[in-house]
Amino acid sequence: MELIIGKYNYWIYIVLMMIGFYAMIAKRNLVKKLVGMNIFQTAIILYFVSIASKKGGATIPILFKDAVIIPEQYMNPLPHVLMLTAIVVMVSTFGVALALIIMIFRRYGTLEEDEILEIERNRK
Amino acid sequence: MNIPAQAPALIIIIPLLSSLINILLGMWRRNLCYPFALIVLASSVLLAFNLMNTVISTGIIHYRIGGWTPPWGIEYVIDHLNAFIAVIVTTMSFIVSVYSKRSIEKELRADKIPYFYTTYLLLTTGLLGITVTGDVFNIYVFLEITSLAGYALIAIGDEKAPMASFNYVVMGTIGACFYLLGVGYLYIMTGSLNMADLQRLLPDLYGSTVILVAFAFFLIGVSIKIAFFPLHTWLPNAYTHAPSAVSALVASTMTKVGAYVMIRITFTVFEPRFSSEIIPMTSILGWSSVLAIISGSILALAQTDFKRTLSYILIAEVGYIVMGLSVGNRSGFTGSVLHILNDAFMVACLFMVAGAVVYKKGSRNLDDFRGLNKSMPFTMAAFGIAAISMIGVPPTAGFFSKWYLVLGAIEAGQWVFAGALLFSSLVNAVIFVRILEKVYFSGNGENPAPSRDEVPLSMLSPVVFMAACILVLGFYSGDIISSVIQYTVPKGF
Repeated sequence: MELIIGKYNYWIYIVLMMIGFYAMIAKRNLVKKLVGMNIFQTAIILYFVSIASKKGGATIPILFKDAVIIPEQYMNPLPHVLMLTAIVVMVSTFGVALALIIMIFRRYGTLEEDEILEIERNRK
Repeated sequence: MNIPAQAPALIIIIPLLSSLINILLGMWRRNLCYPFALIVLASSVLLAFNLMNTVISTGIIHYRIGGWTPPWGIEYVIDHLNAFIAVIVTTMSFIVSVYSKRSIEKELRADKIPYFYTTYLLLTTGLLGITVTGDVFNIYVFLEITSLAGYALIAIGDEKAPMASFNYVVMGTIGACFYLLGVGYLYIMTGSLNMADLQRLLPDLYGSTVILVAFAFFLIGVSIKIAFFPLHTWLPNAYTHAPSAVSALVASTMTKVGAYVMIRITFTVFEPRFSSEIIPMTSILGWSSVLAIISGSILALAQTDFKRTLSYILIAEVGYIVMGLSVGNRSGFTGSVLHILNDAFMVACLFMVAGAVVYKKGSRNLDDFRGLNKSMPFTMAAFGIAAISMIGVPPTAGFFSKWYLVLGAIEAGQWVFAGALLFSSLVNAVIFVRILEKVYFSGNGENPAPSRDEVPLSMLSPVVFMAACILVLGFYSGDIISSVIQYTVPKGF
């Protein structure tokens, strides 16, 4: 029980990741796949933010230069910074994928994977 | 400014800034984009050779970004392996960019050409970034820059290209996310992102499950990126439907740089001791690569589309490289690193030949190769050389790397691995002899003597140059091994 409640953010991260993974594999609509991909990536952001967060008045010492620094109260800012970069990467991936979806829609007139495969087959 | 001292940063900054300048240049004079990209890539080639030279004469280069000391700041570390890969990447980008002009003019609308070269330079930036950095998170960022540029370049191909590219986006993102998770797991255990620092901190933690999970995430993530069987499903479609010049570039560099990341993770961040003794990487990766080699070859045999055949052969070649790493001895590792070089040249040459045939005939079908020796004699001669190198006939380059790989497999006592290599060479022989037979011995039925109809010089010269390089690399492979590759072999082999 302690394992579930005490570390609930990690459980949420795993659940979110699996939801995203499921959507990427099982959904036949390209936009739904893309949304699944985004959930998958967001889960990783949650994970990184969780590993750095602390409860009970933790601070980032760089903000309070004169205060006495207690190591237990120190919140590591690096994972958050890494995630800023990762968010940029994810937004660009999302943008490229949406652009591709527009191209696909113009070519096939649909975003259902089955229908696209059907059109491909008829072309042959 | 002291250029050699700043070379590790400049090799990334020059193509990155140039890609932005290229857009502005394209708005003003569209014709200038091509010469501009050529100049930029030529300077990258010079910088890469300069780095290689410095590493050979003075040893490993450490470059601190912004003057921050590692492990807090990002550090660029260049040793023999990095410099070697950087030379391959820049050379490939430069030669393919020479080739790209006429081929892209035919396959792309004229007003899109500046964007093509911008994305092309970004792709080169990403590849070089992965190569020179000594920071695991930095690799993730550059990996994604490379992939994003790659998605965009592949999507401008023929009518099926956007769908192929979309599948690549989905698979590639899973790969990158797994890599990022691996970074996260290492970070919670060690609190460090610097490779050298991780190498120092990790041995005490080898028993931990978290480290094992991190390693698994790294391996799967990178395996997706290099299209290692059975995670290869995105590759054949993406590389077949991409424009000819893009296929030649991505096929020759992206999988190779991915293999480099795999080498760094398994042998630098983790010690060879961890990768081959504590977890059974030898058997897992080795047997997967046997599957990759055999199924890649057999699937290649079944194709009628030339570029698709090459894509499946590429999957088998990735299997070769991973197999050489998995046997865990000096010969196998040497073979892998040498094969990264040779395969880059062979694959680029073959994809450029495919592009040349598409340029003249408008078809990738193997049946349209009939009687091409009359109309395109030089291209086909280059194709012949690349093909026999792919089969592994001495004195071409392909023979030497395969020789070391087989030697490594035998030294490790893995006869099945050696057998898979020989089987794949045999299948390659069948594939290429069948095509060469069409080219040289089955004349064009209706038109017995077609006139000479060679591709433009800007496309022909890179193809011929590559073929010449394959022969030269074969002759000098001993020197390459003794001056560079022997220093890349990790300690403990």
